[in-house]
Amino acid sequence: MATLKDLKARITSVKSTRKITSAMKMVAASRLRRAQDTAESARPYASRMARMLDGLSTSLAGQGGGNYPLLTGTGKDKVHLLLVMTADRGLCGGFNGSIIRAARLEARRLLDAGKEVRFYCVGRKGYDALKGEYQSRILGTHRTRGSNGPTYDDASHVANEILALYEDGQFDVCTAVYNYFRSAITQIVTRTQLIPVATSGGTPAAQPVEEAGAIYEYEPDEEALLVQVLPLSIRSRIFSGLLESFASEQGARMTAMDNASRNAGDMIDKLTLRYNRTRQAKITGELIEIISGAEAL
Amino acid sequence: MATSMQFELVCPDRLVVSEAVDMAVVPGSDGDFGAMAAHAPLLSTVRPGIVALYTNGKVVRRLFVSGGFAEVTGERCTVLSEEAIDLSLVTRADVVSRLQSADDRLKEAVDSAEKARAQQDKTVADALQAAFETVTSQANGAHAS
Repeated sequence: MATLKDLKARITSVKSTRKITSAMKMVAASRLRRAQDTAESARPYASRMARMLDGLSTSLAGQGGGNYPLLTGTGKDKVHLLLVMTADRGLCGGFNGSIIRAARLEARRLLDAGKEVRFYCVGRKGYDALKGEYQSRILGTHRTRGSNGPTYDDASHVANEILALYEDGQFDVCTAVYNYFRSAITQIVTRTQLIPVATSGGTPAAQPVEEAGAIYEYEPDEEALLVQVLPLSIRSRIFSGLLESFASEQGARMTAMDNASRNAGDMIDKLTLRYNRTRQAKITGELIEIISGAEAL
Repeated sequence: MATSMQFELVCPDRLVVSEAVDMAVVPGSDGDFGAMAAHAPLLSTVRPGIVALYTNGKVVRRLFVSGGFAEVTGERCTVLSEEAIDLSLVTRADVVSRLQSADDRLKEAVDSAEKARAQQDKTVADALQAAFETVTSQANGAHAS
């Protein structure tokens, strides 16, 4: 049976664990607020970029379109690149695990279908988990610096590398796997195709160019514009993915740490009860010894 | 008569400006253009330079953009740029340090992709310097007269 001293030591240790987890929860909560704000303020750019791209691609498709590998693909569907966005750190519940599981499943599905798979990992956790099985297939990694969340520089860095790989012919299709931030408790593992750029505009016939009530003039011309818009739009998509992922990470960590703090609290209650009982039992035992000793005289 | 239009300047991380102006002069890559209400719909690339906002015939704000796109419709003018700085907040030291770091990166660049990016940074820094000079000389001129 545990002695009083052991119990005391355990209580102290669980208490300090609770201090750490509740501090982490607070930090995650404040970062979450900031991450949500950032994601919120990044939305106008992404939505306008998407609108512009939609307009351009439909208008070009209407003319029979040119040859834009970023828009229409390489014509092949052989090598898939998975852009896996995880956190650099753990202690955030199922956040990293669910992403890695999704990436593995997707990879297996593609391999079974006779396709090739490559990875690009954002965040240390994803790289650590995937390198065992797929070391040779990981084309690159990126870690966000600092703890204030991803910056646009991070996104451009990732986008530049991916675009360079694409131009190099290293893959045909790029899909991002990341956590979409629904709320602090729910994150949804999402797959989005990045390259070739999937526009919401369907077949050109289904969506007349004049739909918005405006036929645009283009300066210098549609093709020059499109060539510039496409990389920027991929950057902006990666950026919003990173932001979503960061907000999700903070949400997941907050929930996980909240649970951990609560568990620690329960445990402290139980241990304290046991401590008090043991102490009482000891006192009673001593009393009985004294009384029976006195009676024996 | 609709005299004012909504001008928006959007960066990847935030909406920098959203206000009603009479005219916005945007540095298009084929030349500056002024956008006023009821302008014909236009999509244009934007080179690094100054976006000037006019109200009542006077410039109310000047912003430096690092290049991107502009979308103009009858009611709206939206500029998408990766970077935007209010020129009234720029100091000479900022300009100099930026030019310096762009130069350094250009020197350190090893492969061609890196070189191209550094070159672009350099172009932006040069444009910022030019924009800064224009604004300060105009301000000085206004004081002198």
